This record gives sequence, structure tokens and C-alpha cells, in this order.
Amino acid sequence: MSDIEHIVQIPVGPQHPALKEPESFMIDLRGEKIDAVRMRFGYNHRGIEKGCEQRSYTQDLYLVERICGICSYSHSTAFVQAVEEIAGLEVPRRALYIRTLVAELERVHSHLLWLGVAGHEIGFDTLLMYTWRDRELVMILLAQLTGNRVNYGLNTLGGVRRDITSEQLPSILKVVDSLEERTKYYIELAQTEETLRQRLANVGKLSKEDALALGAVGPTARASGVDRDTRRDDPYGAYRDVSFKVVTDNHCDVYGRTVVRLGELMEAYSIIRQLVKNMPDGPILVKAPRRIPEGEAVSRYEAPRGEDVHYVRANGTEKPERVKVRAPTLANTQAVAKMLEDGYLADLPIVIAAIDPCFSCTDRMIGINDHGSGPRRVMSWEELSRYGVDFYRRKGIDPSRITLRGGSAA
Amino acid sequence: MTAAAALFQMLIFPGFFFLIILGLAGQFVDRKLYARLQNRVGPPWFQPVADFFKLLGKESVIPEEADKRMFTLAPVFALGAVIASSFYIPLWNAKPLPAFEGDLLVVLYLLLIPTLTFFLGGWYSRSIFSTLGAVRSITQLFAYEIPLLIAVISPALLANTWSISGMVQYYTSHPGRWLFNLIGLAVAMVTLLGKLEKVPFDIPEAETEIVAGTFTEYSGRFLAFFRLAIDTEAIVSASLVAAVFLPFGFGLAPWLAFLVYLAKILAILAVLALLRTVFARLRLDQMINFCWKVVAPIAFLQVLVDLVVKELL
Repeated sequence: MSDIEHIVQIPVGPQHPALKEPESFMIDLRGEKIDAVRMRFGYNHRGIEKGCEQRSYTQDLYLVERICGICSYSHSTAFVQAVEEIAGLEVPRRALYIRTLVAELERVHSHLLWLGVAGHEIGFDTLLMYTWRDRELVMILLAQLTGNRVNYGLNTLGGVRRDITSEQLPSILKVVDSLEERTKYYIELAQTEETLRQRLANVGKLSKEDALALGAVGPTARASGVDRDTRRDDPYGAYRDVSFKVVTDNHCDVYGRTVVRLGELMEAYSIIRQLVKNMPDGPILVKAPRRIPEGEAVSRYEAPRGEDVHYVRANGTEKPERVKVRAPTLANTQAVAKMLEDGYLADLPIVIAAIDPCFSCTDRMIGINDHGSGPRRVMSWEELSRYGVDFYRRKGIDPSRITLRGGSAA
Repeated sequence: MTAAAALFQMLIFPGFFFLIILGLAGQFVDRKLYARLQNRVGPPWFQPVADFFKLLGKESVIPEEADKRMFTLAPVFALGAVIASSFYIPLWNAKPLPAFEGDLLVVLYLLLIPTLTFFLGGWYSRSIFSTLGAVRSITQLFAYEIPLLIAVISPALLANTWSISGMVQYYTSHPGRWLFNLIGLAVAMVTLLGKLEKVPFDIPEAETEIVAGTFTEYSGRFLAFFRLAIDTEAIVSASLVAAVFLPFGFGLAPWLAFLVYLAKILAILAVLALLRTVFARLRLDQMINFCWKVVAPIAFLQVLVDLVVKELL
């Protein structure tokens, strides 16, 4: 009997309880061990980059904010920074402080969310319930400060749209105090809880060399000893004015990634306290032109999941000529295949979850050249509708009552 | 005893019907405690009943690839085996319906059948997730069953009988001696988590890996009966542990003995709920290592303790 016969293929995704978004991981399994993983992305493509080219800069702000449901503020800030750089806008200091404050609050809610998801992936639902209960504190705070729990809509070209009142500052500190208390408990838990340690330690190994070679970013890279953080290396917002430590770890595994994220939570609390203490007075907005002058800019931003890069090219009109987003998950997916090598099936969910993936941020259109069908071609909207109608007719479903766009009945 | 009385005992009280009510109540206790320990509200008391009837009303899909007979029979066999094993366990009256020398092993054997039906049901579903869950079920079985067996037979060694009612009589006439079996009780509790496939040993139905394992393809009334079998199995296993390791309260007045029995079951279920709250799911290899290298030696220690105690007393 050859080896081939012992390999079982199991599909994890596109629909699978371990994945919060549709992506496909085809696993070759030898017993309980993973033999090979084939990833396929693209189920979440929404055409946001193209959509940005057809909208004005202000409209784009709200569109890029919807790239991600968790780090929405990261994308919005990264985009607005690039546009402001092209337009040469000097953003008021108070606005920068508010942006940084909300960014750090977002990091807190993102990391707490991650901790809960990680707990769920290893069957530790109690951790999920606890962290998500605590995360609610920061979510409510964000809603109070910005008006929304996610997709804050706070940024605008040249500043922010909402000021933080002096009465709100103490409530921020109060939330931070209670969250710090809880985070200390989770740190203690991570150090002492045996089953948690057993499931996380030595799982999803990624050496420092591999992390560098595969271009990992964010907590994934920092847990492999790569000392990189855009907030310190290329400061933006108010990060020049605050002192913080870049948390790194040398475990190089999922446990290390947990340690880094917990450490970053503690750092985030310290940053928030400094920002609240030193919040400058003054305006929160400068007037931005409707037409952005010709030029291009790359904006780097340390999102909770890693470095987020936005590229914007302006051509002097109200709309950008090109917007390109490199979400942190795209940088980290390469590392996942490496981490899964020689792993167990049981570790697959936590290894994938450990990069804190956001597939909808990552997905781009994939062009598939079908063998035998000739060169690639573009379908118009009418053609596509007709194709769909024919497809269902062949299956015996008659969609003739559906009217196509343009008024013509199928 | 007339045939009608025996039939009543088997079907209504304390047999089939009673056990099912108790199983659903046990599921509620487990879910509510689990939820409260996690800072959640938890389900209302009628939720397990509502879930059961909801599932009965749902469409029961049998996969085209599946072996129809095995697929449909597995839940029935699981429930049947669990109920059958309960007849031999003294619940609160010292003597169950049919008691004989060796019924301890019969009970353990019958309680093994549900796990086998998980394997068969999953295997004949022909779905990849079910198959993996089935294989994991049976692999896990070999890890926890032996320590459980050793733990349960060591009190029997001390009592010098292979019948559960005999053990109950021995420990009732020698009050306090059950305290020698506390190690065995701990081992039994840990292995019960494996038998009932609860965290940290819920590997065969690890949701984030293999969806629902064995039960992935099950729906409607088949799933309802599988779940009922698992709930009842929890009660019957707890009753076995109560009879073997906590053999007190059997000589009391019937209603008092009944309350003591309920208290014991409740305590065991509460400990199981607590254990599944505080742990993460282990990996299959870690679970097997743990069971063979830690739990099994502790179980043997219990045997040793019982043998020494028997010599000394």
C-alpha cells in the first residue's frame, strides 16, 4: 500500500466553524498530522480599490473604513494620512491626539477580541466569554466618543469631525483602569493555566529568519523576535509625543503571539493615559480643498494586526486616480503555510487565528485563465445577467419574471 | 413482583421515562452552570425539552452516501444501551431490578456501547468530518476507558464483590470505608469527561476543527435521540459513580434516599460543569498521553490502596 492511500483530504472552508470569513484551506491529512495545505483566497473580494477611484476623497474615507470590521479606523487613518500628505495639510495637534487615542482604543478592542477568538479556537469558551464581556467596556466607550461601536466615521480630511469634551476624559481613564485590572488577570492566566499553555506553546512555529523572509508583520513578527513597529520606526499621529515599549517575544509560537498581544494591551493603556493627560487645546480641523493636487503618497500605519500600507495617487481632480491597500493579513498569510508545516489538525484553527486574519481586508480579484476557453475576457453587466439567467434555466429554474437592469426582460 | 410492576419500573419509574426527564434536567443544570460560570445568563429551565421537540419536528436528512440502516440505528442503540445499563445500578434503593454477581462489568460494558455507536454512526455517515470524529471517538475510548475501568473495580476489590448492589451493601455496613476510594473518584470524574466528550476531552466533536465530528451529518429526530442518549448517559454514568464511590444514604427512608441520590447526581454534574469551564480542549495526542501517563498510574495507585487496606482491616 502506498503512502498516498493514507492521506485524507479535508476541506476547511470556504464555510467552516473555525473561520469567521469564507476562505478555503484544503488540508492533506496523514492521521492527525498535516501533510500539506493549499490556501485559496478571493471569496470576499468587494472591489473597494476600484470603488475608491469612482468616488470623491470624502466619500472614499467612508468606503475604506469599511474594508475591515475590526480595524476600520486603521484603514481610514492610513488613507487620510496619505491624502493629507499629498494635499500638504497641516493637521492640528489636538486632532492628531484624538486620532491616536481612538487608534489605541481600537487596538485594545481588537486584541481583546483576538484573545477571545483564540480561546474559542482551542475549545476554551470561558476565555471567549470573559474577554468579550470586558471588550464591551471599550466598545461602549468608543460609541460614546465617536457615536459608533465600529466604523467610527471620525476622520475627515484635515482633522477629525468630533471633539472629545473635558468631561469625557475621566471616563476614558476609568475604563482603562478596569481593563488594565482585567488584562493583568489574563496575563496571569496565560502564565499559569496548564491546558492553555499546552495548546499554545510550540504550536505554529515561525523562526525569526522565516518571519523576515516571508515578510510577516505586526504581533506575528514581533512574537518571532522581529523588533519592528511602525509607531516607533516611522511615527505618525501623536506617537512622537508618547513613550512606549515595543513588545517583542522570542517564543516564536502561538504562545509568543499571545504574550505580545497581552503586552501590547498594557502598553496601549499607558499610551492612552499619556494622551489623555497631555491632550492639547486648539482646533480639531483645518479646511481641506475639494480637489487634491497631483501627487502620490504611501502611508504606513501600525494596525492592531500589523503594518497597514495605503498608497494613493492624486491627479488634481476630486477623485483619486489609484488607491492601493496592503492590509496586514496579506503580509502574514505567507507565514501561515510555514507555521502549519508538520502541525496537527487540531492546531490548524489556532495557528490560522494566531495571525489574527482579516480575509476581507486581504482579498483581491483573482483572474483565472481557464484552459481551452481562450484568452481572458471582460463581461459587461448585461452579459453577466444573461449568463446567470441561462445558468439557472439550464437547471430548470425560470427567472424570466426578473427584470434586468436596463429594463429588458430576460 | 408482578410483570406489570416490573414493566412499570422499567418503562416509567425509575426506568426509561424517569431517566429521560432526569437527563433533560441534567442538561439544563449543566448548561445553566456553565453559563453562570462564564458570566452569561444561560437558558431557561425548559430549554432542553424545547430543543428536543424542535429537533423532532425538523427534517431528518440522511446523506445519500450513508449506510441508511447503520445511520438510523446508531442513535436508537445508544439510547437503548444507556437505559439498559441503568437497570443494574442501584439508584437509591439498595437493590436494583436484576442484580447478580458481575453486574458491575455489565454496566461498564453497556456504557461502552454509546461510544461505539458514535463511531459507527460517524463512520457510516461517510462524510469526512464524521469519519474523522468517529476515528477520534474510538481512539479516545482506548485512552480513558482503561483508567475508568481500573478506578471503578478497585472499590469492588475492597468490597470483595463484583456486584454493584453487593458493594453498596458492603459500604453501607462499613460506613466511612468509601473514603479510601477518593482517588478513584477523582479518576472517574476525569475519565467521565472523556466518556461524555466534554471539554477538555471533547476532541471527537471539536467544533473549530471537524465541525461536529460524528454528528455532522445528523439532523432532525436522529440528532434528537443521539443528544438524548448523551444526556441520559451523563445521568447513568453519574449514578454509577455515585453508587460505587459515594455509597451512602441507601438505608434511609425511600424519599430521603431519593433526595440524597439527587443531591449526589447534582454534585457530580456540577463538578463536571466546573471542569469543562476551566480547561481548554486538549489535542488528541496530549489527551492520550495524559490518560496513560498520569491518570492510569493514579488509578493503579487506587488499586494498591484498596489491596493494602483490605489486608490491614
